[in-house]
Amino acid sequence: MDVIETQSSGRDAALLPRPFLKWFAEKGWQPRAHQLELLSRATAGENMLLIAPTGAGKTLAGFLPSLTDLTRRGKIPPGSAFAGIHTLYVSPLKALTVDIERNLMKPVTEMGLSVTIENRTGDTPQAKRQRQKLNPPDILLTTPEQVALLLANKEAERFFKDLKYVVFDELHSLVTSKRGHLLSLDLARIRRHAPRAQTIGLSATVADPMDLQRWLVPQGENPALPAGLVHVTGGAAPNITIMKTDDRIPWSGHVSTYAMPEVYDEIRRHRTTLIFVNTRFQAELLFQTLWTINEDNLPIALHHGSLDAGQRRKVEAAMAANKLRAVVATSTLDMGIDWGDVDLVVHVGAPKGASRLAQRIGRSNHRMDEPSKAILVPANRFEVLECQAALDANYLGAQDTPPVGEGALDVLAQHVLGMACAEPFDPVELYEEIRTASPYAGLSWEMFERIVDFVATGGYALRSYERYAKIRKTKDGRWRISNPQVAQQYRLNLGTIVEATELNVRLVRRNNNGSLGRGGLSLGKVEEYFLEQLVQGDTFLFAGKVLRFEGIRENECLVSNAFSLDPKIPAYAGGKFPLTTYLAAQVRSMLADPDRWRGLPDQVRDWLSIQRERSIVPKQDELLIETFPRGKRFFLIAYCFEGRLAHQTLGMLLTRRLDRIGAHPLGFVATDYSLAVWGLEDMGTMIRSGRLSLSDLFDEDMLGDDLEAWLNESYMLKRTFRNCAVISGLIERRHPGKEKTGRQVTVSTDLIYDVLRTHEPDHVLLEATRRDAASGLLDLGRLGDMLKRIRGHITHRDLDRVSPLAIPIMLEIGKEPVPGEAQDAVLKEAAEKLIAEALS
Amino acid sequence: MRILGLDEQKLMHRLGLAARANGTTGAATGAEEIVVNGVAAVCDPMGSLYLPENGMLVVSDLHLEKGAAFARRGMLLPPYDTIATLNILSAVINRYDPKIVVSLGDNFHDRKGSEHLPEELRSLITAMARGRDWIWINGNHDPDGTVDLPGTCTDELFYGGLVFRHEPSLISGKGEIAGHLHPAATVRRREKSVRRPCFASDGSRLLMPAFGVLAGGLDLRHKAMRGLFDHEKLVAHLLGRDRIYSVRYSNLIG
Repeated sequence: MDVIETQSSGRDAALLPRPFLKWFAEKGWQPRAHQLELLSRATAGENMLLIAPTGAGKTLAGFLPSLTDLTRRGKIPPGSAFAGIHTLYVSPLKALTVDIERNLMKPVTEMGLSVTIENRTGDTPQAKRQRQKLNPPDILLTTPEQVALLLANKEAERFFKDLKYVVFDELHSLVTSKRGHLLSLDLARIRRHAPRAQTIGLSATVADPMDLQRWLVPQGENPALPAGLVHVTGGAAPNITIMKTDDRIPWSGHVSTYAMPEVYDEIRRHRTTLIFVNTRFQAELLFQTLWTINEDNLPIALHHGSLDAGQRRKVEAAMAANKLRAVVATSTLDMGIDWGDVDLVVHVGAPKGASRLAQRIGRSNHRMDEPSKAILVPANRFEVLECQAALDANYLGAQDTPPVGEGALDVLAQHVLGMACAEPFDPVELYEEIRTASPYAGLSWEMFERIVDFVATGGYALRSYERYAKIRKTKDGRWRISNPQVAQQYRLNLGTIVEATELNVRLVRRNNNGSLGRGGLSLGKVEEYFLEQLVQGDTFLFAGKVLRFEGIRENECLVSNAFSLDPKIPAYAGGKFPLTTYLAAQVRSMLADPDRWRGLPDQVRDWLSIQRERSIVPKQDELLIETFPRGKRFFLIAYCFEGRLAHQTLGMLLTRRLDRIGAHPLGFVATDYSLAVWGLEDMGTMIRSGRLSLSDLFDEDMLGDDLEAWLNESYMLKRTFRNCAVISGLIERRHPGKEKTGRQVTVSTDLIYDVLRTHEPDHVLLEATRRDAASGLLDLGRLGDMLKRIRGHITHRDLDRVSPLAIPIMLEIGKEPVPGEAQDAVLKEAAEKLIAEALS
Repeated sequence: MRILGLDEQKLMHRLGLAARANGTTGAATGAEEIVVNGVAAVCDPMGSLYLPENGMLVVSDLHLEKGAAFARRGMLLPPYDTIATLNILSAVINRYDPKIVVSLGDNFHDRKGSEHLPEELRSLITAMARGRDWIWINGNHDPDGTVDLPGTCTDELFYGGLVFRHEPSLISGKGEIAGHLHPAATVRRREKSVRRPCFASDGSRLLMPAFGVLAGGLDLRHKAMRGLFDHEKLVAHLLGRDRIYSVRYSNLIG
């Protein structure tokens, strides 16, 4: 690994053309060593990966090779032949492309370079996009979806043939998602149009850089040398503390409202504070709480993905202009946008991953030679442990980013259709091209053929759709689209981000006669499933306001001001991250080592000490099981520390097994740290008498038949299927001519899933769904690793009452949505009331 | 009308029930006997209505060939929905052995459906219809009637004190058995809610749940349902795992 000093010596300055040297001199700056290193190696023809912390001048480094090359090229004389783009810059965020354009134009203008730079996103007007195709800029800044669109076009070759550099920003965050899979396929196609184009990846620190170095170069039969690595470490160590509070730290929950007075004091003491939270609901609630105590009327704003884009842009602009004292934000602000003078990051709730924490802390003090300052605010006692663990990790520079993983099949189906839209393809050629993309290097020919068949006619064993085929094989063996509507359909439905159906939230006024006014401010979007549970008059928190639900009109959710501080429907939860494996291991090791408890707040230390007296505190690799009665029920708690997803899967499988053994389980609840199962039988006695064997209960074989049986009915699998169905193009999000209406999925994917599974369980889309679920939603890999780890290390404590460590999860019971099995019980209860009525 | 498929219809229950029920006869154990306009009727958990006095079996909104209808428009949904729906239909026909079968409209998902119906599926319907009367009520999806299938097509049927039509009448619902709206009801208890397709009746009119396996549901609280029922007397008979659950409208949200 090359670790580069950040100060450069003058000798490398020869790499830079005169305007650059002059510009650096005028600013009183020096190009940094890693910038020059990257420049010289890229200029020499290497593909490159730059790993550097925020504030290290990563962006400029990434663009130096193309800017210097363009400077040497000079202005293209009028009347020259058509020239395609010179540099393609791809970022995961639209906002980032806008930001980069601004940041890049500044030096370009100051140096007087004749370089054209434009961005192209979903927001770019049609006329400008059209013009960009006819007269491309030198540097195009765009998103993965736009790259796919450009490539699915007949003129793709002309547009990309002169390409010299492809710059991928925030590569670490792109590659692990389906967007990254699609982008890898697009990169494979770009290489075909421009075989000499070089890649430059910009990334924050990752666990395994070699993953990214391979991603950047062709794989397959004859893999190229991995991209060169420039790794900038160092920068000042961040100054991170855990918020000290006089108040009681809650046992459970995720909102941290208890600490807001302290947070407010910190806001007052700093110039600009960024407050990061994990969910939209937290953002909403904390924003509101802060304003109720905002005695000084400090400008405090809110930023999350569901808010109206216009409102978000306003907040971003105010932030950049240093007009705000604090912003409460979710992961929408995670990535490298320039945020003005942030001097404090407050992280509310546990960070769930060491790398994520490092990224977010990087937001403060955008200069790497000054220490960043951050305060962690745990929301409950387990989170105190987690924050402490993350804090240790950040000092140690530990990384827990996930690996790149195998390419998803639904994404592949989308890409295959896109390539047919570009031009008729030869299957063997396309297969070889696809295998140069690193996530698809291991793709088998047989699977590729199944995907092509799926794209053509749905891939069903019952071959009844030949006449409706989307792509057909021509006499010369190439696949072409059946008609132009197919291409239109593809363009409308492209992309890998499947949003739940969302409705626009519009604030309307109630007139005196009780009717609702028209028009009114658009506040953002909420998922339809959330609205379905509301009845008129229900109040909920959104966009920093308590709103009264008035009803749904066409595609809009109408709300009015509730003039109340107390929303009735508590939760509008947006995405939650599960605890990473790395951090989970850290928490376990901290628990096991009482010496490390010293750094913890008194309340938390006392909590653990009482636990040690009443039960035990589990050792590093030990699985502690506690059983105890409470009320009329018997509880079994497993302290696995493997994250909510893995626990949920485990809970499903355990209840199946307990049911078979006759323990009559009634339900379970999972948190990031533990799993609670309750039932009508005394499981403690069953274990002691040998009627229930814990090693059998937690045997790895549960990942066999039990899993298969459960999966088939699982709602989680249905949700995964929905995503796969949309991404693969089976279900349209939007239909030509109907672009404007939001609610387009007119057939329930749950029903399609049931029908398909009954009649063709081996269908390729079901296979894609199972693969996705195994790695993502169900966290099977992690569950399997845990079951292996704890074999022979299960400790049981049969208690006469709830233990201290069990309190947090016991408080979660009743907050979970009702699982499939129990749904009929709810119906039965309602129906029995009617019977009682009838009999009385 | 367009029905949004956003609810949690438990299709697997019905497919499973149908598989288990094939061969058994007589009303299902979980069926519910009710009275509509003075006529006795049995709501079956598989989604059919049986009128014992006339030996008549009623199903609604089969939406046959929905997959194919979408395929014609470029969405290649699985081609198995018709066979799945017909399997359940075959199970209820075996169970009740009706003299008359009435399919209450939206029998096919689009106008081309019955004409393009594959031969083996057509013969399934022919076999089921053998030895009984079959009446296809025309729906808004298939207003032109069926092609090359046994039975009679009509817009409305008056029979045994009841009137059978696809869309519920806005003028009078007395003695009406209708479909079209795919009624579903949400039961909420202690913050938990469950949504299921249902028969909806106030004793005067009855709305049938959709029978087709790819048909979604529309909540009884939806504005399209407004004015159809006397809410005081309205009961939702929800399709449960293996029985009907009857819940008063006023009692749905507990």
